[in-house]
Amino acid sequence: MKLADIRDILQLQPLVAGDDELEIKKACGADLMSDVLAFSQEKSLLLTGLTNPQVVRTAEMIDIKVIIFVRGKKPPVETIELARTSGIYLYMAKKPLFECCGMLYEKGLKPEKINKIK
Amino acid sequence: MEEHAILEKEIDKGDFSRGGEASSELKALLRKLGINNTIIRRAAIVTYELEMNIIIHSEGGNIKAAVSSDEIFIYIDDEGPGIEDLEKAFQPGYSTASDEVREMGFGAGMGLVNVKNYSDQLEIDTAPGEGTSIKVVIAIK
Repeated sequence: MKLADIRDILQLQPLVAGDDELEIKKACGADLMSDVLAFSQEKSLLLTGLTNPQVVRTAEMIDIKVIIFVRGKKPPVETIELARTSGIYLYMAKKPLFECCGMLYEKGLKPEKINKIK
Repeated sequence: MEEHAILEKEIDKGDFSRGGEASSELKALLRKLGINNTIIRRAAIVTYELEMNIIIHSEGGNIKAAVSSDEIFIYIDDEGPGIEDLEKAFQPGYSTASDEVREMGFGAGMGLVNVKNYSDQLEIDTAPGEGTSIKVVIAIK
């Protein structure tokens, strides 16, 4: 799915606008950053209700390119600045996390594979 | 194999705003060395979890990283308070973090679990009331 499609489906408002043609293969929705890190594999989109700069750092560590803040939450300026310098795109969606994830899933965006815990 | 130091960073207790800087720097350094992305991601996750642990749980410490031709080494040293129950610390979901830390999306009891999962070798030297030293080795396949 292209980033432009996701933007249309969720009616996203850009905070740090990205390349419309960017291909998004897998997504995850989480508020726990260690969970995002734990189950990290080849995903490129994170949907979250957390807005602090650590969300951007977490994304950076595992090559997530796009973060969508759900439920109309606007992140603080530090988060936006860090995203700019890290090359990560930020968007805001009005709908809550469950609904955003459901809408994308319905349109064919798949979840990541989950790593087994050793 | 000979180790070459590539990073050394002091990490301050409670310095959330800079949390992840050392890991970010390490990631960039490993990328310059031309290491495979999957391996870099593993090293970044391990370092980031350990860096946040220093910030959240310790009295301050440092992170050092080194590489040899076939391995990445990550060394953590902090100034206490040590890990009370190491066995529990490796149980998924076990956490001693404050509500404030949890509200930031951390302290969910997955930190050391993640570190173990993404390491090829993990050594922890800790005792209550003393510091914690950790060595992680990740093979460059």
